[in-house]
Amino acid sequence: MDLKEKLVSSFLAFEDSVDLDHPVHEVRSEAIKNFEAKGFPSKKEEAWKYTSLNSLQKIDFSIFPKEETNLEYKDVKKYFLHEIDTYKIVFVDGVYSSYLSETTHDGVDVCLMSSAFSKPMFRQVIEVYFNKAASQDESLTSLNTAFSKEGAYIYIPKNKMPKKPIQILHLATGNEAALMLQPRNLIVAEDNAEVQIIERHQSLTDNEVFTNSVTEIFAGKDAIVDYYKVQNDAATASLVDNTYISQKDSSVVRVHTFSFGGKLIRNNLNFFQNGERIDSTLKGVTILGDKQHVDHHTLVHHRQPNCESHQDYKGIFGDRSTGVFNGKIIVDKIAQKTDAFQQNNNILLSDKATINSKPQLEIFADDVKCSHGCTIGQLDDEALFYLRSRGIPKKEATALLMYAFANNVLESVRIPELKARVNKIIANKLGVRVGFDL
Amino acid sequence: MAYTEEELKKELETKEYEYGFYTDIESDTLPKGLNEEIVIAISKKKEEPDWMTEWRLEAFRAWQEMEEPEWANVTYKKPDFQGISYYSAPNKKPKYDSLDEVDPELLDTFKKLGISIDEQKKLAGVAVDIVMDSVSVATTFKKTLAEKGIIFCSISEAIKEHPELVKKYIGTVVPKKDNFYAALNSAVFSDGSFCYIPKGVRCPMELSTYFRINQAGTGQFERTLVVADEGSYVSYLEGCTAPSRDENQLHAAVVELIALDNAEIKYSTVQNWFPGDKEGKGGVFNFVTKRGLCEKNAKISWTQVETGSAVTWKYPSCVLKGDNSIGEFYSIAVTNNFQQADTGTKMIHLGKNTKSTIISKGISAGQSQNSYRGLVQVSSRAENARNFSQCDSLLMGNRCGAHTFPYIEVKNKSAQIEHEATTSKIGEDQIFYCNQRGIDTEKAIALIVNGFSKEVLNKLPMEFAVEAQKLLEISLEGSVG
Repeated sequence: MDLKEKLVSSFLAFEDSVDLDHPVHEVRSEAIKNFEAKGFPSKKEEAWKYTSLNSLQKIDFSIFPKEETNLEYKDVKKYFLHEIDTYKIVFVDGVYSSYLSETTHDGVDVCLMSSAFSKPMFRQVIEVYFNKAASQDESLTSLNTAFSKEGAYIYIPKNKMPKKPIQILHLATGNEAALMLQPRNLIVAEDNAEVQIIERHQSLTDNEVFTNSVTEIFAGKDAIVDYYKVQNDAATASLVDNTYISQKDSSVVRVHTFSFGGKLIRNNLNFFQNGERIDSTLKGVTILGDKQHVDHHTLVHHRQPNCESHQDYKGIFGDRSTGVFNGKIIVDKIAQKTDAFQQNNNILLSDKATINSKPQLEIFADDVKCSHGCTIGQLDDEALFYLRSRGIPKKEATALLMYAFANNVLESVRIPELKARVNKIIANKLGVRVGFDL
Repeated sequence: MAYTEEELKKELETKEYEYGFYTDIESDTLPKGLNEEIVIAISKKKEEPDWMTEWRLEAFRAWQEMEEPEWANVTYKKPDFQGISYYSAPNKKPKYDSLDEVDPELLDTFKKLGISIDEQKKLAGVAVDIVMDSVSVATTFKKTLAEKGIIFCSISEAIKEHPELVKKYIGTVVPKKDNFYAALNSAVFSDGSFCYIPKGVRCPMELSTYFRINQAGTGQFERTLVVADEGSYVSYLEGCTAPSRDENQLHAAVVELIALDNAEIKYSTVQNWFPGDKEGKGGVFNFVTKRGLCEKNAKISWTQVETGSAVTWKYPSCVLKGDNSIGEFYSIAVTNNFQQADTGTKMIHLGKNTKSTIISKGISAGQSQNSYRGLVQVSSRAENARNFSQCDSLLMGNRCGAHTFPYIEVKNKSAQIEHEATTSKIGEDQIFYCNQRGIDTEKAIALIVNGFSKEVLNKLPMEFAVEAQKLLEISLEGSVG
C-alpha cells in the first residue's frame, strides 16, 4: 500500500482520537478530501520541479505516534539552546513530553494545540485563526490540516511580551522503524505584542523520519515576531516545513532559516502582507554536503501599499548536495510604493553539487521598487591568497571567507547565544576551529 | 505632469495599427484542415524529393501525439488547427531576375511599410528575400552573393538545389519532435529562407527577410536555416509585419542557426505582427522556436525587438557546445493594450570557457502582460562558464503586469553566474529634471524610454535601428524618437 492510500485510510482511525463535534473537525474532513484528490506533489508540478518526494512515498511510515517515551534531559541537552532560560515545548515522537517542557499561562499562553482544541477558553482564538493563513489548496498542507491534533500553541495578547524566548523542539527516538510526524503550530501575536521563537527538528537515530509540519503565524498591528528555524538533522530525516505568515499594519516578522543537515528539506515560507507599512524579512544560510537536498521555496505577497520585504539567502554546496532556491514576489495592483528586495548567493564547492535557482517577480503595480539578484560563483582567489600570505592555512582561510559570506544573514539574529550556537555549527560543518566568534 | 500618464494611455489605446492594410493578390490556397494528405500535398506543391516528404510525415505523426504546451504565462483561445489553411501562395508565382517584373501591388505593400526594395537595393546594400504568405517572391542581390559562394535562397529552392546541405543540417538544432509548434512547423512549413556561408567568407552585406501574413485564415509556417561554415561571418535580419485582421492568425516558425568552428552569426529580428485592437480583439499568435548551435570559438548573437502580436511565445536560445563559444541575447519587448508576451532565452553551457550575456528590457502599458522567462544551464563538464543576465521592466500604469521567471541550473563549481532584475516606472524626478531643462513631458518620456532600451537598440544593425525606433513610437506613444 502506498503512503497516500495509507494516510487516507488512516483518517478514519484518526477520527476516533479527536472530538468530532468540534468545528475544527469539519476543516479536517475538507482537507483530507483535498489531499485525496491531489495526492503527493510530483516533479511535473512547477513548484516541485526540482524536488522529488518519490523515494519517501515508498517507505512504510507509521503514522500514529505511540505513547510518551521518556528521555533523560542530559541526553538531549545539546539540542536545546541551554545557555539561556527559555520556555520549552518538547515533543518526543510526536507526543508532548511534559517532563522536558516548560509552558506557561502567565499573561501569555505557551502551551499545546491539543489543549487549545479541547479547552473552551481557547475556542475563540482557534475559530478566528486556525487554518486561516494556511493554503486550502496545497496538498501537503491539507494533509497536515487533516491530521492536525498536536503542536505548539502560542498566544501573546495585546501589548505583551513573554519573559523569555520560546523553544519548540521535535525529537524522534527511533522507537519506530520509520515514523511520519505532522506537527501543527499556531502562533498569534496580537497588536503591539512581541515574541521570539526557536524551532528545531531532531532525529536521534538512523531510522527514517518524515516530518510534514505546518506553522501559522499571525502578527497584529505593530507586532514583532522573530522566528528561527534550525535544521541540522540526521541524514535519514526528511522535512517539509510549511509556514504561513499573515501580517497586519506596521508589523515586523523576521524568519531565519539555518539549513545544515537532513536528507531532504523543503521549506515553503509564505508571507501575506494584509496591511500597510509592513516589514517582512526572510533570511537563510544553507551549508550542505553529502547527498543532502534543500529546497527553499519562498513567497512574499504584497497586497497593500507602502510595505517592504527583504530576502537574503546564502548557500554553500559541497559533495553531491543539491540546493534549490525558488523565490517569488507578487505585487498586487493596489500595492503601490512597495519596496521588495531579493538576493540569493551561492557557492559551489564540488563538481557533483547542483544549484537550481529561480528568483521570480510578478508585478502588477507601477510605482514600486522591486529587484532581485542571484549569483553563483566561487571564493575569491585573491582574497584567499591574501589570507594565506599572512600565514593562515588554506582550510582556515576558506572557512573565514565562508563565514564572511554567511555573516550578512547572521547579523540580524537577535539572540546572541543562538548566533554563537549557529556559528559553532557552521565551524563544525566546515571542519575548522576559528579562534573567535563573529 | 503636464502630459499625464492618463493622456498618454488614452493616446496609446486609440492608436490604430498603422500597417494594417490588405493586399489584394489572388492566392492559391489549400483547403482548411490538417491530415497526412495535406502534408503530402504541400510537399508535392513544393516539388520536394521523397526524403523531405517522409521527414514532414514523421513530424506530423509526432505532432499528433503531442499536446499544446500550457506552461507559459499567457491566456488565449487555442487555435483550431483544423480550421486553418496550411498553404497559401501568391497565385502568379513569379520567378523574376529583376524587381521590375514583380507585381506592382506587392511592391506597393512594401512601400507602405517603408521598406521599398529598390530603395534598399540602392541605398542600404541589403539583399532581401521577401516572404509573403509563405512563398519567397523576390530575391535580390543573389548574384553578388553567389560570387562569394554564399547561398541565400528560399528553403524550398535549397531543398531542390542543395539537398545535401539541407539534409545535413535541417532538424539538427531544433529536432522535428522538439515541441508542439516545432513539430507542426516541421510537418507543414511552406517556405522560409536558407543561407549558407562557406569557409572563411565574411558576408559583405546584411541579409534580410521580411515576413508578412496576408491571406485571412492562413497560418504562417516559416522555416529558416542559417549555416555559417568555419571561420565565416553573417549578419541576418528578419522583420515581420501583418495586416489588420479580426481573427487570430497563427504564426509558428522555426529558426535554426548553426555556427561551426570560429564562425559568427548575428541574427536580428524586428517583430511587429498585428497586436489586436484596443479591445484585445484579433491579433497574431506568435509561437516561435529559435535556436542556435555554437561549435568551437563560435558566436551567436540574437537581437530582437518585439512590439507586435497578441500572444508571443518565443525563446531564442543558444546551445554552447564548443569550447570558448559565446551566446548573446538582447531583447526589447513592448506590450500594450491586451497584448501578452512570454519571451526570453535559454543558454545551455556545454563546452569549456563558454560565455553568455542576456540583456532583456520589457516595457508594459495598457492592460498587457509582459513576462521574461529564461534558462541558464551549466552542465557538469562546462568548466569556467560565465553568464551575466539582466532583466529590467518598465511599467506604465497599474493595469499591466511585468513578470520574471529566470531558471538557473548549475552543476559545475567553476561557473560564475550573475542574474539581476529590476522593475520600476518612469521616475517623476526624472521627468521633473527634464522639464526643468525645458524638455516637455512628452519628449522626456521618449527620452527615458529610449535610454531604457538603448543597450539593446545599439546592438541592431544600422538599417534596423531606425525602424526599431519607429516601432517603439507606434507601439508606445507616437512621441518616442
